[in-house]
Amino acid sequence: MSEPFLIGEKMTGGYGKGPDILHECTIAVEKGEIAVIVGPNGAGKSTAMKAVFGMLDIRGGSVRLDGEDITRLTPQARVAKGMAFVPQTSNIFTSLTVEENLEMGAFLRHDDISETMEQVYGLFPILREKRHQAAGELSGGQRQQVAVGRALMTQPTLLMLDEPTAGVSPIVMDELFDRIIEVARTGISILMVEQNARQALAIADKGYVLVQGRNAYTGTGRELLDDPEVRKSFLGG
Amino acid sequence: MDFLNAIVAIANYVLIPGIAYGSQLALGALGVTLIYGILRFSNFAHGDTMAFGTMVTILFTWWFQSLGISIAPLPTALLALPFGIVFTALLLLGTDRAVYRFYREKRAAPVILVIVSMGVMFIMNGLVRFIIGPDEQRFADGARFLIRARDFKQWTGLSEGLAIRTSQAITVVTAVAVVALLFWFLMRTRTGKSMRAYSDNEDLALLSGINPERVVMYTWLIVAALATIAGVLYGLDKSFKPFTYFQLLLPIFASAVVGGLGNPIGAIAGGFVVAFSEVTITYAWKKVLVYLLPESLEPSGLAQLLSTDYKFAVSFALLIIVLLFKPTGLFKGKTV
Amino acid sequence: MTAMKVNWKNVALFALVAVLIVATGFVQSWNTALLILNMGLISAIMSLGVNLQWGYAGLFNVGIMGLVAVGGLATVLTAMPPVKEAWAAGGMRMMLALATGAATIGGGILLYKRMRPGRRRTLALMLWLVGGFFLYRALFDPAAEAIEAVNPASTGYLGGAALPVLLAWPLGGLMAAGVAWLIGKTALGLRSDYLAIATLGIAEIIVAVMKNEDWLDRGVKNVVGIPRPLPYEVDLQRDPGFVETASSLGLDPVTASTLFVKLGYGLMFTAVLVIVLVLAELALRSPWGRMMRAIRDNEVAAEAMGKDVVARHLQVFILGSAIVGMAGAMMTTLDGQLTPGTYQPLRYTFLIWVMVIVGGSGNNWGAILGGFLIWFLWVQVEPLGKMLMDLLTAPLPDGALKAHLLESVAHMRLFTMGLILLLVLRFSPRGLIPEK
Repeated sequence: MSEPFLIGEKMTGGYGKGPDILHECTIAVEKGEIAVIVGPNGAGKSTAMKAVFGMLDIRGGSVRLDGEDITRLTPQARVAKGMAFVPQTSNIFTSLTVEENLEMGAFLRHDDISETMEQVYGLFPILREKRHQAAGELSGGQRQQVAVGRALMTQPTLLMLDEPTAGVSPIVMDELFDRIIEVARTGISILMVEQNARQALAIADKGYVLVQGRNAYTGTGRELLDDPEVRKSFLGG
Repeated sequence: MDFLNAIVAIANYVLIPGIAYGSQLALGALGVTLIYGILRFSNFAHGDTMAFGTMVTILFTWWFQSLGISIAPLPTALLALPFGIVFTALLLLGTDRAVYRFYREKRAAPVILVIVSMGVMFIMNGLVRFIIGPDEQRFADGARFLIRARDFKQWTGLSEGLAIRTSQAITVVTAVAVVALLFWFLMRTRTGKSMRAYSDNEDLALLSGINPERVVMYTWLIVAALATIAGVLYGLDKSFKPFTYFQLLLPIFASAVVGGLGNPIGAIAGGFVVAFSEVTITYAWKKVLVYLLPESLEPSGLAQLLSTDYKFAVSFALLIIVLLFKPTGLFKGKTV
Repeated sequence: MTAMKVNWKNVALFALVAVLIVATGFVQSWNTALLILNMGLISAIMSLGVNLQWGYAGLFNVGIMGLVAVGGLATVLTAMPPVKEAWAAGGMRMMLALATGAATIGGGILLYKRMRPGRRRTLALMLWLVGGFFLYRALFDPAAEAIEAVNPASTGYLGGAALPVLLAWPLGGLMAAGVAWLIGKTALGLRSDYLAIATLGIAEIIVAVMKNEDWLDRGVKNVVGIPRPLPYEVDLQRDPGFVETASSLGLDPVTASTLFVKLGYGLMFTAVLVIVLVLAELALRSPWGRMMRAIRDNEVAAEAMGKDVVARHLQVFILGSAIVGMAGAMMTTLDGQLTPGTYQPLRYTFLIWVMVIVGGSGNNWGAILGGFLIWFLWVQVEPLGKMLMDLLTAPLPDGALKAHLLESVAHMRLFTMGLILLLVLRFSPRGLIPEK
């Protein structure tokens, strides 16, 4: 089997000098696929994603992107390598307009960004309508669209989303998931942490169930949804 | 006629000085608010930064004057201003490198940075006094008036005169130009937008690949320009004295806080609110009232609400009122 | 219980300060040395007060100058004889005016609290305040004018209560506490740099009042000849017993009398310093002190545990301010005159801060060390700088540049203080004697 596009292999580590939160945890995404990390509260889901992005020191294991070892790179350097990250909170510039948010997303690029911006507006038409409005004035779902749009502006090869549907209504959630599938179809790999495990696994090519910082179950989204153990413990029957 | 005279008196003693002073405060407050927004601390050395920039400008002015270089009727100081800005920029960048950067990398608490800025204030204050001395310096040359009170009386036939000093006109024109340029920079350029983004959400700015050191560098450059311009305009309008510039901290902070710390539009609005409060409350209204009231009602005193010695009290009272009733300022400021 | 371990580094630091002061006695004069010692004692008390606020509670007060000045005012109000003519001319009217002013503000606050929010409240409040202000001015202006007209060259003010001057020290503390209560009520609970800006402003206002309200303290005309708690030098020199004792010690009467007075002040100040230090140390070790530091280190957690953070802050803010005010009264007593024009923030606010930070915030011994050391440097940087500059400019030809350089040496001290502050913050951020 060939190496996945992105793999965080046997990652062990925690924040600063604190205790380890992750224990030999492995997360991988294939090109153009959606991988979802689910698990109970405090399982280290967000931590695993942050470890992949270089926001905490890992004491064991490695992170490789497209075959290249990026374990020692800073988050900023990983952005330059084509990784984009959408944090769970404070993920937009509230005082900047929607369009300025997108421009800032493309800050590292020096080529023409108008085409990418068109793609983002194509994906999220409401943002085109509100392009000159301050992003902080938008609704929760629209803010998440801005946040995802900002991340897409770097033309990433991998998009990482930390609970993108936290705090939005079920209808908005479904729509966001639809958009995320659309993004994946354009060839961008997606790694996502989700509270709403059932819906997330339904769109996932690959799912990771973490328990206390360890891989508990791994499989395709379908497999995990059908696994009676997973259903019983994490999906509420 | 009396009504017109009253209007002219108000314009002459309240409106024009208030606009000029307000512009100077606004420029000073813009510097304070930018540092607060980007570097996230209240810079106690700002008054002394203004003093330093003005001092360099004065030194160049004297040099140009000795060489016989002049741009009369404009004051020579305008020609020397760019040199003042350059030296102040070098000083601020050097200070950042030697002092502030260390604490930024440590992510020190804002209050520690305030104390550090106190140390910088001492050093700059000492430096300025060491070079130019603690005494008052007047460096305005060129034409003193744009409109003279006597000429105005002749043109209009009013008994009340209206004078516009060159320094006041220059202050307003320069302030408008500088503010327009600053807002164009902040709203339209990539660097300006990245500064706003960094001020808005530091972590996300880092994720977007915005280089904080560059943002900080541009901030100091802009602050150097704003502080020097504000200081030179104030010095041309009144006079230069290191201690007075230190004391300007209070109305400048008051302006920035009243407008909402970290908000540039707020800083400008705050500057004018503070300036007009100060001028109206310490102005002796007798002159205006004698035109408006019948003789029997004329005030016996000066009709001055507060002596000019208490102008600090005005800034302070405004500051307290805003902090108590609208803690983020008239325009929404930020809190670190 | 373990025996108290002697910290030799700290002993050495205090010994160094002692050596510096004694060396000043040998090299310059004992008079200078005692002057430095006395002001060092006062500085140490001030920095103890600031340390209480900053070191114990993390409150950032940059209005120290105002508290020192209030203490100075207390000395005049306590010890100077009352000016009977001035009281007759307008004293009662002035009291009435001040009462009106206070009633206006108090009534305004009451209105604000009692009425429901809305346009009517705003209107009522405005009317009340504006009306009160004009009534106040109508009473105040003629009263002030009448008082100031009474023999303006020597009095022109109401004078004091002719009480023993030592009473001014506690009274100065009390008055400063009152001011601190006002500041605390309005500005505590705001963010740290807002508190800083507010205190900076109020200090300027206090000094402006003292400079301009001639009826109160003669303003920039100064109050001189404040009674002393110690005999005057000239009286000592006339006392045959004193002269005899002096000559038996091998001193001429003039030197002996100045040294005697300064030593006397030194002993009194030391007594106060010891009392304040003991109380501060007891407070630091008490449950109250532990709670203070707990609040400082984590306000949110302390609040969650049911501690009334704002009330505790107000308490410590008032206590620290009272200590500073007392030191201000002591300083004016030592000077024998009140000179409102000399209160400058760099000297009376920011220099005290340098003392606290350099000494070691959170540690009382550190605050005391900082007070002595920084005061010594503040006094001695100038002559040392002059010596250095003389040396450096020796090869220069006489002229404007040389004269300017020599003249500018006086401003070296500000530069030096800033440098010391920055160096300590950078390389020893917890100060010379860190908090335990």
